[in-house]
Amino acid sequence: MSAQTLLRFSTAGGVDDGKSTLIGRLLFDSRSVLEDQVANLARTTERRGGKGLDLALLTDGLAAEREQGITIDVAYRYFATKKRKFIIADTPGHEQYTRNMVTGASTADLTIVLIDAKKGVQPQSRRHAAVASLLGIPHLVVAVNKMDAVGYSQERFEAIRAEFSAVIAKLDFANVHFVPVSALEGDMTVARGKNLPWYRGPALLELLEQVEVKKSTGAPLRFPVQYVAMPGMPGTFHRGYMGRIESGGIKKGDRVLVQPCGLSSTVRDIVTFEGSRECAQAPQSVTLVLADEIDISRGDLITHPETPAQPVRTLDVVLCWMDAAPLQRGGRYLIKHTTNTVKAVVERLDYRLDITTLERDTSATQLALNDIGAARLKLQRPLIVDDYAHVRATGGFIIIDEVTNHTVGAGMVVPSPAGSP
Amino acid sequence: MTQASNVLRRQELDAPASSAQPRVQLRAVEPVRAAEHDHLEWLETEAIHIMREVAAECANPVLLFSGGKDSLVMLRLAEKAFRPGRFPFPLLNIDTGHNFPELIEFRDLRAAELGERLIVRSVEDSIASGRVRLKRPDEDRNRHQSVTLLDAIGEFGFDACFGGARRDEEKSRAKERIFSFRDEFGQWDPKNQRPELWSLYNTRVHKGENMRVFPISNWTELDIWQYIGREKLPLPSLYFAHTRPVIVRNGLYLPVSDLVQPKAGEEVMEKRVRFRTLGDVTCTCPVLSDADTYEAIIEETICATHTERGATRLDDQTSDASMELRKKEGYF
Repeated sequence: MSAQTLLRFSTAGGVDDGKSTLIGRLLFDSRSVLEDQVANLARTTERRGGKGLDLALLTDGLAAEREQGITIDVAYRYFATKKRKFIIADTPGHEQYTRNMVTGASTADLTIVLIDAKKGVQPQSRRHAAVASLLGIPHLVVAVNKMDAVGYSQERFEAIRAEFSAVIAKLDFANVHFVPVSALEGDMTVARGKNLPWYRGPALLELLEQVEVKKSTGAPLRFPVQYVAMPGMPGTFHRGYMGRIESGGIKKGDRVLVQPCGLSSTVRDIVTFEGSRECAQAPQSVTLVLADEIDISRGDLITHPETPAQPVRTLDVVLCWMDAAPLQRGGRYLIKHTTNTVKAVVERLDYRLDITTLERDTSATQLALNDIGAARLKLQRPLIVDDYAHVRATGGFIIIDEVTNHTVGAGMVVPSPAGSP
Repeated sequence: MTQASNVLRRQELDAPASSAQPRVQLRAVEPVRAAEHDHLEWLETEAIHIMREVAAECANPVLLFSGGKDSLVMLRLAEKAFRPGRFPFPLLNIDTGHNFPELIEFRDLRAAELGERLIVRSVEDSIASGRVRLKRPDEDRNRHQSVTLLDAIGEFGFDACFGGARRDEEKSRAKERIFSFRDEFGQWDPKNQRPELWSLYNTRVHKGENMRVFPISNWTELDIWQYIGREKLPLPSLYFAHTRPVIVRNGLYLPVSDLVQPKAGEEVMEKRVRFRTLGDVTCTCPVLSDADTYEAIIEETICATHTERGATRLDDQTSDASMELRKKEGYF
């Protein structure tokens, strides 16, 4: 038996496209729903006027949501097979859809876009794929659901596949898979079922088990210093730099560069609770001890001198706005990037992106809640960054309102627009 | 939503809706067994990262520690995050006075072994001072812990409290953030949560507000047991199979203790049991079990037919939204 790995994936959609039923089906058929939950489900189904077990209610949320008849927010769900543990970020498709989809997608390796076989490709399907692409998710799975409602028609599936393939041709995915499913009947979800004999590819769960999760071998070392440890005990190191390796790997004896100060040193030790290690790689949390006394503090970045990150005072970014008060040109905010928090001002707004048509509105003067757009930020002091497409951890950041303390937006570092100063 | 379209039509699942124990078979795939667990490494590194973020960004954090299995995992994670140094926060236990004595012993033993500072604040004191008022002298104190906790937060000025809650425990937890903001009344507002992206946590609070931080949000009960087994963490004996007197109440086995005596018609039986969770002794129920090793418990957890809370907590059965309501009152 090989090691059990982890896959994080996101789903988005509303009640109508069968997303809740599909997730319910995955949880239920993978045995992640236990008898007391089944009994509860049966009672709830009956109380709401249904019969048997309404799988969609398994992912039902809070009393506060039921009162309003909406889904508020991202819910996290868990199931496991012998090959993998899965974490689902389940995001609602309406209301604050972009804010939630972006949040769910930010930690995902894969996203499932659901398309109702009866209705075909919808604006929401396009939006979801666009958000997944923007957030750099490598794997897209298009589940064409409700195949039972179209007589399990291969032609219908192929037509949707052709139409959606054209839509996503402009987007950037390493892998795209189409799977015909019936969440209601359980066809091609966990089990293959008997109704789709013409489909030769993997069933949905099989696909989720097989997809390669990107390893960061070959990626540049990025070690943001989180916390400086000075244990002050005999027999231990004097100063250690605690953090998580966000990208790449490191060995004892490696020459390292400390950014932004630009000084370099050598890795004397890599300390963990289990003892000293010869090497470590992403995403391990370790403590680094360096050979030289350098003044390093939280917010500094340790890299290899051959592959440094970029120190910048202005940032070209794509933003998703998540607050009721819109983002405006000249607005001042806090940026939290790796282990750094700096002040920033919105120097200019380049465009607002229509997430359905992918058209850019360059006349936009603000970004409202759930809007996505591009801007240039001027920073109070330099940040050490990478393009988000290159290294997620040093390319992504959140935006905080200094007065309310709310998280008002999320951003990704992009290359400067061509010809721009 | 049309109900009919979402109703599952697999025949064996059409158990009578009123039945508490539907006759369903849920063995669609082989249970989870794997030789190695890469996912535990990932969960561990995520938790360490979260703990260090709190240590770096919060002025006065504290770790809520009960002596139960999830909080013992939290202590191991804190060791992994901060040793060879000391923890940059004390431990806080809210003593309900409705305890399993073994748990209290274990709590003190573990804190002493680690050489970390343990603060205990007790619901009994909150009752004596009139801050907690009981409807019945013997009532379940789970909910009353919130008052004592909020008072302790105020007394010490804690701005971040680590808790060992997991999202798989309960559906309101499934929607709670890892960094869960609480206002000056300690309340959780599910409609006003901060979006949480990548592993960038907004830890900022105003004076009087606080964060509840859940580093093991993404762990399941099985992950906890696999990790305990991997780390060979010592646990209170209550988690392993033992024989104790119990009565049957609301379809669950309830342990007989000073606080729980049989009512008329309730028969005391000796059963071989273990606890899956440990809470208020008047409402925490063990499950029948012969599992007396880590391996046997992991195997039982893999094959469990009931959820941790569903099988063990009388207080969570009262309403669909019990936990959600408690959390809005400041419960961790």
